[in-house]
Amino acid sequence: MAAHPQPFQTFLDEQRRPVLSFLRAMVGPQEADDVFQETFLAAMRAYAKMDGRHPRAWVLTIARRKAIDHHRARTRRPEPRAEVPEVAVVDRGPEDGEIWSAVAELSDAQREAVALRFGADLPYREIAAALGCSEDAARRRVYDGLDRLRQMIDEEDHS
Amino acid sequence: MKPIDETTLRRTLAAGRDDAVAAAERLAREAADGGLVDVAYATHETPLGTTVVAATDRGLVRLALPGAVVEEVLEDLAAEVSPRVLELPARLDAVRRELDEYFAGDRERFDLPLDWRLVHGGFQRKVLRAAASRLPFGVTASYGEVATWAGSPRAFRAAGTALARNPLPIVVPCHRVLRAGGAIGQYGGGPEMKQRLLRLEGAIG
Repeated sequence: MAAHPQPFQTFLDEQRRPVLSFLRAMVGPQEADDVFQETFLAAMRAYAKMDGRHPRAWVLTIARRKAIDHHRARTRRPEPRAEVPEVAVVDRGPEDGEIWSAVAELSDAQREAVALRFGADLPYREIAAALGCSEDAARRRVYDGLDRLRQMIDEEDHS
Repeated sequence: MKPIDETTLRRTLAAGRDDAVAAAERLAREAADGGLVDVAYATHETPLGTTVVAATDRGLVRLALPGAVVEEVLEDLAAEVSPRVLELPARLDAVRRELDEYFAGDRERFDLPLDWRLVHGGFQRKVLRAAASRLPFGVTASYGEVATWAGSPRAFRAAGTALARNPLPIVVPCHRVLRAGGAIGQYGGGPEMKQRLLRLEGAIG
């Protein structure tokens, strides 16, 4: 029996948080809402063609494409980097600003993997499908990204 | 110094519930403006309980009586009309207002465009149209009479089935059809709901 798509409202209710979290990692918290709109409008246009089986992976594929487009459009126009506030931190976890700037500094491949794992909360099997690689490679990419984040935040704290 | 761990990262990246809700609401508005919504729905409180009302660009397509499971109503709409179903209460303002007036005793007939696409088959359509046009507020008829109006006097059982599958109860007044002899008969929302509607209309004591 062919699965048919669930009501769009149900789909939106279930996917809005993981998609917005994924996009926060991909394009930053300020731009995430705009790319969210582009993502779900595109999803709605294509919705009848969705087979209904993997709605999260399906919408994240669209979100990823929209985030990459958004990134390209942004890098074409020169814009000053957002200033990250300097904070003296002793014996505390990294500040949000540090994390955001470190995520922005990741390679595209690492940022995508980190966003899929820790933003969208996707299991490795689905991350692998989204990135078109093996599950081992997906796991490696996520942990490379996490290591790189640790290094950057560590450097920041020691400087 | 604590290094970044997975929990911290997850917490930082995670969108807040309110942000996600706000983003989804903005999406609903943009989708409506962009003409991408095929079925708009709202839930609406009545003295009988919570109803679900749904409309297409042609008009009201579904009214689910209290007791129906919202998720199942939406699933049916997705399967039978279009999966592009979104909650857009503003699109249902007219029907919600008319329902309020009806339950307040200020309205005897509904004045709404109807989308009959969930009415399947010529006979069901004839039966429901007959009920809608020949049974005004406060008037009742038997299943046999409605079958006769639909052109098949002996098909009173089939008329009962057609009325039981009415996708637009209250607005298409299947509650005004009773058993021969005046027994209340069946109703989608239960016989008690039927009784309350007929009492509201002054059709029964």
